[in-house]
Amino acid sequence: MLLERLTKEFGITDIVERHARMTTIKVDKDKGERLIRELRDREGYVHLSFVACVDYIERGVFSIIYMLHSYDEKKDLGIHIEVDRENPEMTSIHTLWAQAWTYQRELREMYGINFPGSPRVDEEFCLEGWDQMPPMRRDFDTRKYSDEQFGHREGRASEDPREHMKAKLYPNRGGDEQ
Amino acid sequence: MTLSEQQFSRNADPFNYELPEPLDMASGKYVKIWQGPQHPGITGNMSLELTLDGDTIVDCKTHVGYLHRGFEKLMEGRTFIQNFTVVCRIAVPEPAFNEYLYAKAIEDISGLEVPERADWLRTLNLEMMRLASFMMWIGGMSGTFGLYTVPNWTIACRDYVLDLFEEMTGGRIYHMYMVPGGVRAPLPEGFAERAIKVMDIADKLINQIEKVMFNNAVFKARAKGLGVITPDLIDAYGIVGPNARGCGIKRDLRKDEPYLLYDQLDFDVITATGSDAYDRGLVRLEETRQSIDLIRQCLKNMPTDGAFQADMPNVLHWKVPAGETYVKAECTRGEYGYYMVTDGTEYVRRIHVRGPSYTHAISLMERLAVGTNIADIAGLMVSLHTYPPEIER
Repeated sequence: MLLERLTKEFGITDIVERHARMTTIKVDKDKGERLIRELRDREGYVHLSFVACVDYIERGVFSIIYMLHSYDEKKDLGIHIEVDRENPEMTSIHTLWAQAWTYQRELREMYGINFPGSPRVDEEFCLEGWDQMPPMRRDFDTRKYSDEQFGHREGRASEDPREHMKAKLYPNRGGDEQ
Repeated sequence: MTLSEQQFSRNADPFNYELPEPLDMASGKYVKIWQGPQHPGITGNMSLELTLDGDTIVDCKTHVGYLHRGFEKLMEGRTFIQNFTVVCRIAVPEPAFNEYLYAKAIEDISGLEVPERADWLRTLNLEMMRLASFMMWIGGMSGTFGLYTVPNWTIACRDYVLDLFEEMTGGRIYHMYMVPGGVRAPLPEGFAERAIKVMDIADKLINQIEKVMFNNAVFKARAKGLGVITPDLIDAYGIVGPNARGCGIKRDLRKDEPYLLYDQLDFDVITATGSDAYDRGLVRLEETRQSIDLIRQCLKNMPTDGAFQADMPNVLHWKVPAGETYVKAECTRGEYGYYMVTDGTEYVRRIHVRGPSYTHAISLMERLAVGTNIADIAGLMVSLHTYPPEIER
């Protein structure tokens, strides 16, 4: 019922019921803030559980997910909004929830997504003096960064657990489990 | 605008972030001090940048990042089973919720059925975790108000609970007990009798704590009226758990959206109406009693035989189908959630950990600190029950 109306009014797509109490939908970036406002004010989705982001580097987009919860319906509704990876920007929702600016500040630091007008959005959140690519992006190479920053310490080696266990369990077959 | 008018205008509007006028720091009227990152009054490593007028706080900014190890990023590069050693470190005094929710998210996406006995063991484990965490919190809360006897008692009692964890899981702090499909081991022989003995000790201790701490004139005088959360802040700030229940909001995931076997257990949602640090404490004290009772119920009703683990393939070959889910549970501080996206490979695509401290320790703390006396700031912080690692993950 609700989802039908939202499809008509906001053109939501990709409606998937993930489990009995959780559904995800997708909406265009320009209608996103209006849809979230409508859900909060009219449909009882008054609780913002979190705002997170998934990096779909293969498609060149960031999918920002807003997880809303309705205490009356006892249901979660995840709203996916895709923004371009090149110049990521999204409307701020700090006027809807007083804790939203914290999430937006984190997304700004970890993914480089801008939320114009959001309070203290350019302040450092977790990282001090960070001058590299935003670290939660898929193309940020943690291994390379750590090698460059910290160097190698003698006597430390890591092994691939699968290869290690195969060699240990099937030594007579050259590590071949078949 | 006078200082009190400034404070009033901030408190009247839940969405007011900045002071109406910037403080004139050059006037010599204000002092800026840092509380933390290392301070016994703060539950973990984070710091508060406080601006004081006399001994009253007029501005507060929180700083996190001292425990940032990039857990969410680390998990993207490790196999599903390897992540078990990572997730439990996200909330140190309460790792079991991370294990449970991580396992539950994988089960949800893969469509795995968990045997009933495993569900009982998980419920028992989570309630024991809540008990241990509450014991630690009571000690912290009491200590910040200068009552140093209670922490000695509660930390000793928590150690008894950790002994039980050691018997049950092999680990005292990080258990890695709840794996997808069930749990790693059944209860050892004679565990129930030993657990009941510990529960009897804890029960007696709670009665003593009530007398020594909650009826103490010093504690009452300082905690009553401290950090009042008004009703308009609840949804605006996403306040959950005992912080909301202390304001009379009857919300508890164990009751509202029962998971595991909470629908078969007999308990009520505990609320209080004072909305201040004292009543939040009272709610937690009663919930400690409730946890003791729920542990007894679990031990009584639990089946003693049957499967405790579903039939699972070799852990080195786990592949979780592509999917997305959000699962949550009621930890001692409220809604704890795991949002997981998978893409059909051996690695998780994205995990987001939703910890209740995220809102309680940053936006709400900055709001409640204004107007508080500097001597009470540690008590206010502890009364919100926050764990910094789950903020910065």
